[in-house]
Amino acid sequence: MTESIWITGIGLVSSLGEGPEIHRAALAGRAPVVDDTSFAPYPIHPLPALELDRQIPKRGDQRQMEPWQRLGTYAAGLALDQAGARGCVADMHLVVAAGGGERDTALDEAVCAEIARLPAGEAGERLNALLASGLRPTLFLAQLSNLLAGNISIVHGVTGSSRTLMGEEAAGADAVRIAAARLAEGRGGIALVGGAYVAGRWDMLLLHAASGELRRGPWVPLAERPADGPGLVTGSAAAFLVLETETHARGRGAGGLARLGPVRSGAARRTAEDTAEASAAALARDLPLRPGHVVLSGASGAAAAGLAEARFLAGLRAGGAAPGPVIHSADLIGHAVEAGFPASLALATLAVAAGDAPQALVTGFGAWRGEALALVEPVA
Amino acid sequence: MTETAPPPPGTALRDHRGRPRVAVTGIGLVTPLGLGVAESWAALLAGRSGIRRITRFPTAHLKTTIAGQVTLPEDAAGEVLTSPVRVERMAVLAAAEAIAGAGLPGQGRFPGPLCLGMPPVEVEWPHRLALARQALAASAEPPRYPALAAAATGQRALHEQCLFGGIGERLAARFGTLGAPLEITTACATGASAIQLGVEAIQRGEAAAALCIGAEGSVQPEALIRFSLLSALSTRNDEPERASRPFEKGREGFVMSEGAAALVLESLEAATARGAPVLGLVMGCGERADNFHRTRSNPDGGAIIGAMRAAIADAGLEPGAIDYVNAHGTGTPENDKMETLGMRAVFGESCPPISSNKSMIGHTLSAAGAIEAVFSLLAIRDGMLPPTINHEVPDPAIPLDVVPNLARPAAVRHVLSNSFGFGGQNVCLVLGAAPQA
Repeated sequence: MTESIWITGIGLVSSLGEGPEIHRAALAGRAPVVDDTSFAPYPIHPLPALELDRQIPKRGDQRQMEPWQRLGTYAAGLALDQAGARGCVADMHLVVAAGGGERDTALDEAVCAEIARLPAGEAGERLNALLASGLRPTLFLAQLSNLLAGNISIVHGVTGSSRTLMGEEAAGADAVRIAAARLAEGRGGIALVGGAYVAGRWDMLLLHAASGELRRGPWVPLAERPADGPGLVTGSAAAFLVLETETHARGRGAGGLARLGPVRSGAARRTAEDTAEASAAALARDLPLRPGHVVLSGASGAAAAGLAEARFLAGLRAGGAAPGPVIHSADLIGHAVEAGFPASLALATLAVAAGDAPQALVTGFGAWRGEALALVEPVA
Repeated sequence: MTETAPPPPGTALRDHRGRPRVAVTGIGLVTPLGLGVAESWAALLAGRSGIRRITRFPTAHLKTTIAGQVTLPEDAAGEVLTSPVRVERMAVLAAAEAIAGAGLPGQGRFPGPLCLGMPPVEVEWPHRLALARQALAASAEPPRYPALAAAATGQRALHEQCLFGGIGERLAARFGTLGAPLEITTACATGASAIQLGVEAIQRGEAAAALCIGAEGSVQPEALIRFSLLSALSTRNDEPERASRPFEKGREGFVMSEGAAALVLESLEAATARGAPVLGLVMGCGERADNFHRTRSNPDGGAIIGAMRAAIADAGLEPGAIDYVNAHGTGTPENDKMETLGMRAVFGESCPPISSNKSMIGHTLSAAGAIEAVFSLLAIRDGMLPPTINHEVPDPAIPLDVVPNLARPAAVRHVLSNSFGFGGQNVCLVLGAAPQA
């Protein structure tokens, strides 16, 4: 690592709305936006209303996407605008942390209703017939994970390179880690990195329900959820960051909102011998933490991971610089899976840029796997 | 022409940009032509097709009823394996072969990260229908999503099978790779992107080795229908072996396929220090995104040309030093046109031979870039260019030497391997011969 990396733009959209002010207000205690009923028994943090035309001007582009890709493409545009980096997109690297796009859940339900009662021997042929006549061509592209990046290239012209990482929470952290590492070693001057998550989707709720970790019943803050779970509440959010070498930013007269320090990731097997807290503690070794640093916690509400994070933070407190407040992103905007780590980084950037904290430590503890840490520091 | 900037004496462990050189010390393959490198490569040089009629599931109402298929032991027993399970099985087979070939400990402690190129996976129809039947047993109501989610609650095995991070985690646990496993998708460039992630980790000095895998297992009804709806697939169902016809007048689309490839990458320094067999080098990587259209390239070919040129420059070579190009060569009219344009733009009048192994194994999608990197290394090792089969009627618009129908002996030191993806993600690799002792 040779080059200092600045965060010169953030595009943050959540159930609260979009932009820095509303999220600064959330850091100061503004109440979250929750929908307890539309996807009952699971509470979610819903998508806010977006004026899509502002970031995705062509209606044809909007029609080619479903809400997940639209949300991410929209937030990516906000980040470019804040960084004043529209003129840099041709050589800008793009790293996206992606989940799966929307399924046609109405078609899925219709198929299940008809086929589940058929003998297995007849089900296969009937499935083919129903899918062949029911699937919409455009939906395939809206479903493909790498097409969020594809749409960002098409709509915003970002074409330096394009990579899409998968793997739930860990993908969000590694996307930032890899984008920053490539800039630091001189492979380009500017990158756009982030992800999006739409919580109000039955296909995703089904996947996460299977873990047994999804909270059922009314929303309450993390601290009031039972320690043994289930406590995960997903949140619609997208966060993109424009990362830039200090040299590149200064060269075009751009200011930094904050400096991105080390970004580290690991993956414990989460057994008695290989714990998440030990994995995170190894990542934290030699981190230059300052007294009063704010912690932007990526605790998801998943029970075991939450306890591991609490033990990790307690160990950090015991062993080093006295921390400031711990803010749980999930209390503000819900757990945004792939977009969670980038969203916590964006919130940390807001806190540091406003002078609220001398430094921010961002944590990521995947609901199932993946530990990550990042430091955000003032530019000066 | 040769390398523009040969490394000064004594620094041959570093490349022209001062980065650690990246050696390939182990390779593994699973293709429709066979399990293992030897079987797949022999069949490929023999010009055999691995495309056949689909027998794993009913094909009534499907426009395309052929594919490249790997027969796993469970398939023979009639068990239905979903895509995430197929991807994992094939990735394990390829990785085990590569690690054994590299002479590294087989189980439990691979000395670097896992970089896995794979397709997006999800809860599939066999799962969904099982949940629907479970819901029906509890209530006579038509099973809607809330009931499916309720039925799924607590089925951790289903959750862990269908998570994007699940396959990588299980491979990482099995082979003992270091750090967080990386899973990447860049559509049809995925396998090449996985190799690029590993190359960069070694060049940065983050790791002395990387286990790079590209794996694909999406030959199932819904995926076939989705590609058919894009009019991307060949429908030459009556002649499966003749359906994949890249660079040929009668081409009409690609043939879906599956498989996996694994490469053990090590810094040349680490490989040399432990006396490992060096099969070749990954000398350069180039990438460029397109912003023209979701499934088509900009007609000016800018992104494709940019990725090819970037890879050659990253390798410290001039275009004239490339002896052979392993094509993206999907067999769609669009790819034929754009790859020809790219070849002419990069190489001018004197294009090196270019061939497409997709004419034999079909399009292995997320695995393709990795499988083709392995074939490229084998072409260098054996001095043999694999053919483009089904070349019957040349297309005058494609003035390229496509190594038609028959494998050909040739001295090969540098190969350019092209991968161009839906969504505009283009990645090219330059593979080179092992340094002379």
